[in-house]
Amino acid sequence: MTVLVLLDHADSGDLRATAPELVALASTLGSAEGVWVGAAPVPGRLPSGLARVHRVAVAHDEHLATSVSDALALVAGETGASAVLLASTFENKDVAARLGVALRAGVVTDADSVAVEDGRFVAGKTVLAGTWTTRVEVVAPVAIVLVKAGAADPAPPSGAPEVVDHTVDSSSAAPVEVVERAERAGTGRPDLASAQVVVVGGRGTEGDFGPLEELADVLGAAIGATRVATDEGWIARDAQIGQTGVTVSPRLYIGAGVSGAVHHRGGMQAAGTIVAINNDPDAPIFEIADFGIVGDLFEVLPQTTAELRRLRG
Amino acid sequence: MRIVVAVKHVPDIQAERTLGEDGRLARDGGDGTLNEVDENAVEAALVIAEGAGGAEVIALTMGPDDAVDAARRALQMGADSAVHVLDDEAAGSDAMGTAHVLAAAVTKIGGVDLVVTGMAATDGLTSLVPAALAAELGIPALTLAVDVTVDGGSLVVRRELDHADETLRAALPALISVSDRANEARYPNFAGIMAARKKPVTLWSLADLGIDAATVGSSGARTRILSAAPRPPREDRVLVTDTGDAGTKLAAFLVQHKLA
Repeated sequence: MTVLVLLDHADSGDLRATAPELVALASTLGSAEGVWVGAAPVPGRLPSGLARVHRVAVAHDEHLATSVSDALALVAGETGASAVLLASTFENKDVAARLGVALRAGVVTDADSVAVEDGRFVAGKTVLAGTWTTRVEVVAPVAIVLVKAGAADPAPPSGAPEVVDHTVDSSSAAPVEVVERAERAGTGRPDLASAQVVVVGGRGTEGDFGPLEELADVLGAAIGATRVATDEGWIARDAQIGQTGVTVSPRLYIGAGVSGAVHHRGGMQAAGTIVAINNDPDAPIFEIADFGIVGDLFEVLPQTTAELRRLRG
Repeated sequence: MRIVVAVKHVPDIQAERTLGEDGRLARDGGDGTLNEVDENAVEAALVIAEGAGGAEVIALTMGPDDAVDAARRALQMGADSAVHVLDDEAAGSDAMGTAHVLAAAVTKIGGVDLVVTGMAATDGLTSLVPAALAAELGIPALTLAVDVTVDGGSLVVRRELDHADETLRAALPALISVSDRANEARYPNFAGIMAARKKPVTLWSLADLGIDAATVGSSGARTRILSAAPRPPREDRVLVTDTGDAGTKLAAFLVQHKLA
């Protein structure tokens, strides 16, 4: 049984952090094969477990969802794949939706686990802002599963497998022109969606993320924010965690000056351990916090950072 | 110019939401509302219509009886008319089935230049319907828009993705899905609420759309919920009030749980 994995990558060819996790997961389900879309060179080392990699040259801009969907449809057709795994991002949801129409496949988004049971793909996912857990079975012959970051331990890199070249000559998709595209440089921190530790600031920071940055340095954490903080321009839009922003499921979430509005909780409630610091004892985030501190984040965070540095000598 | 804006009636996210034994969302709580980002979709449709001078805006919804409330909200905001696809056999549709039904309705409305949707619904949060709907209709999808401009016969959308910022252009007819950052949705005024009472709401069944009921709804769904359970409450939770050493306590907690 062939399971295709979309190998998301930057224009430079650097794999996104979720790709090795998807390869590891796919290897537990069947014969894992990678799909590499576009002109960037396939890296010499790829996550171990891939039987081969399909490199697909596409007819239009490789960043368009239609181009990626065309590429996956071509490879799925040629390999007779039973499943396609993609990282669960908004861009890939567009890809999966179009591919689902093309292949008459069942599509599951935001999966935190995938297994094969009685020959069918079954995904686990949390719904309703992380308050319910469900298991969803794909009953169509082909399963498309969008997998959240952290669903599996990443496969270690190894030598590149055999590369098979394909070309999408023409697309049936209605044309879309990419007028402009600017890939943003990394922040020097882990990718927010896949980070194991996330430090998040809200209204209570009053725009000063300094103490959060210091703690994030010590913890090797990504920095996130609430909608209020991004609306105020205190931090870039792509740091917004919530139902219309990034969904995170780290081992450790630390919210500083975050009230815990339902929009925000929908994007972080699946975190392993939740720590909250807020000077309002009635903040809703305390209802879900494993360790809550009613206090001033500008007192608490520097103390925590200093103590962690001291403990590490 | 004819614009269809797809709107969804969802349980209020501030109320307690539950799944039934079949794993499907309990939609009968009476706490329903127009999906929040659909307000931004209606706003975008109205602004484009106003800019085009005399364009028609049609709100399209699908769901049980209460779903018409979502369409009514769109009418109160300023949409001209509404279509409600109401059919028991459509219940339990997955995202792909929903897109199929909506596509049939857009086709039946006819002469549609632009379809506008929200980028996500707060109940299922799959965000699959916009791109699937565009694929079914064979029109371009410009999704996740934070800014939309119509320039003659083409549409320009700016979007902010995880790793990149993009500007996309496509010719009409096309579909856009808008982010909650695209605009500030207007609040219906008294005149709008009164006017909405007289605006037509057309009811269509699956048969009206020429759809075989076996291909949509729970019978045609390509995914099936096997089980659903409330997440167990978090145990051993600690809440302290800082008296000068809470930061140190937090460091100890992180080290004790091997989190730092």
